[in-house]
Amino acid sequence: MAAVATAREGWLPRFRQKSVIPGFGLAFGYTLVYLGIIVLIPLGGLILRASGIGLSGLWNVATDPRVAGALKLSFGTALLAAVFAAVFGLLIAWVLTRYRFPGRRLIDAAVDLPFALPTAVAGIALSALYAQNGLIGSIFAPYGIKIAYTPVGIFIALVFVSVPFTVRTVQPLIAEIDREQEEASATLGASRAQTIWRVLLPPLIPAILTGLALAFARAVGEYGSVIFIAGNLPYISEIAPLLIVIKLEEFDYTGATAIATLMLAISFSILLLINLIQAWSRKRFGYV
Amino acid sequence: MSEHSSAPASIPADVSGTTGRAARHAVTTESRLVQGVALGIAFVFLALFLLLPLITVFLEAFKRGFDTYLAAFSEPDAQSAIRLTLTVAAIAVPLNLVFGVAASWAIAKFSFPGKSFLITLIDLPFSVSPVVSGLVFVLLFGAQGYFGPFLQAHNISIIFALPGIVIATVFVTFPFVARELIPLMQEQGNTDEEAALSLGASGFTTFRTVTLPNIRWGLLYGVLLCNARAMGEFGAVAVVSGHIRGLTNTMPLHIEILYNEYNIAAAFAVASLLALLALITLAAKSILEWRFADSLAGRGGH
Repeated sequence: MAAVATAREGWLPRFRQKSVIPGFGLAFGYTLVYLGIIVLIPLGGLILRASGIGLSGLWNVATDPRVAGALKLSFGTALLAAVFAAVFGLLIAWVLTRYRFPGRRLIDAAVDLPFALPTAVAGIALSALYAQNGLIGSIFAPYGIKIAYTPVGIFIALVFVSVPFTVRTVQPLIAEIDREQEEASATLGASRAQTIWRVLLPPLIPAILTGLALAFARAVGEYGSVIFIAGNLPYISEIAPLLIVIKLEEFDYTGATAIATLMLAISFSILLLINLIQAWSRKRFGYV
Repeated sequence: MSEHSSAPASIPADVSGTTGRAARHAVTTESRLVQGVALGIAFVFLALFLLLPLITVFLEAFKRGFDTYLAAFSEPDAQSAIRLTLTVAAIAVPLNLVFGVAASWAIAKFSFPGKSFLITLIDLPFSVSPVVSGLVFVLLFGAQGYFGPFLQAHNISIIFALPGIVIATVFVTFPFVARELIPLMQEQGNTDEEAALSLGASGFTTFRTVTLPNIRWGLLYGVLLCNARAMGEFGAVAVVSGHIRGLTNTMPLHIEILYNEYNIAAAFAVASLLALLALITLAAKSILEWRFADSLAGRGGH
């Protein structure tokens, strides 16, 4: 195969645009049609409806105390959970890549559990664990601390869904760290803590931020794992996605659309931020 | 070592000092104590946040004994929920499989302007909340939706029926296969296909005998993740299903109903099936990653 490839190299560049490989029209056409029907038209419908509401209408919905409370709760707990998961995720990524211990591969595989476990299953399991008669809830109950059916419960559920993101974005970078940097740092008299803090950590920051942003975006929209443990009290433990469901059940399409649009706008700003981080990282460190 | 103390003041004294102290462990790793503490924290964190919820599912499912566990599945509503979940996955996964192959063929094998924008659009469903994913279809096909009056006039039901559940599931699982195949096929390049074509193979034969074997493990990987999400999707399906027992309840929705009725044992029994599916998915995924790491694209977040 390699011999064929080299023999062809001579005339290959001519076909860079016009390839000998068939099926572009069919594959590209099908991709666009399917993408249009499944993703673009439905999202376009949402945007069309939102534009019918107008900016002032969106503002009215956003400043409604119940909606504002839900948005604040969703974005606040999602940010806290994503940061919390990022700190521990960094440690887990380091331990999994750098240390050799029995069961390492098993734990590495287990990190993806929140991706694989259906959110409703995670939701009822967490709520059973953290309820006042649950395994963990009963430890805190005698001190008058309630976890399930409070914002703390929401935080726990969002940490669960956030765990894999930072681990998976940081892991490949830790694996590629050039040991010579660490040796040089140690030879120049830096303590191990100084080496980690000043040599190893800075290049990981873009990946940490990317993982954090991905986890945050996921946690903001999370529904299944949260509603069972949240208690869903308006103004206190009612998340924004739940409020969309409630509005829909009341056939208030406008209200549901407005909340969804606000959430989408904020989420897309976060995605834009990720792209900016990566662009900055490419410039600063030469990789994403 | 004794030169250390007699070294002239102009030479930093702790250069040799550090090397001496570090001799017990390599300079490029932490001391045993720090390693132990880091490992301990990681273990406790993962046990508390991941392992414990997983164990809870099975503990709660079998709490009332094996008979109660089995009884949860003899209920007609549970059986129809399982059937519906399998049906939805059986339609949604192949649809996204075909799309994934077509999209990665167009994107990886050809160069055209706007490619990265197209990839961004394909990834879009991942950054949309599941609830919003359901909402967009209610806005299109619901009673007050854009096509609502038309559908009602022709007696077609999409929302609160199987088509709505399928299309919402297709939406949330849309990127899985494409996202796995695009980087893989980009890495593999076009030379294999060009060789086959120049030897006289037809386009379809080339795809079947050259491309498909090259991408099979990546394809399987993508399909596994797609299927796990399709069977477990809750938010998007909850919005479009209408929760009609025995008709539009998928397994995750059936779990919700049982749980809200305080039928905890049955809820966890059904949940244990989905947890088992998650474990099988994780196991298969890990085996693919260990054995066929070369034939999968660079691993990253999902």
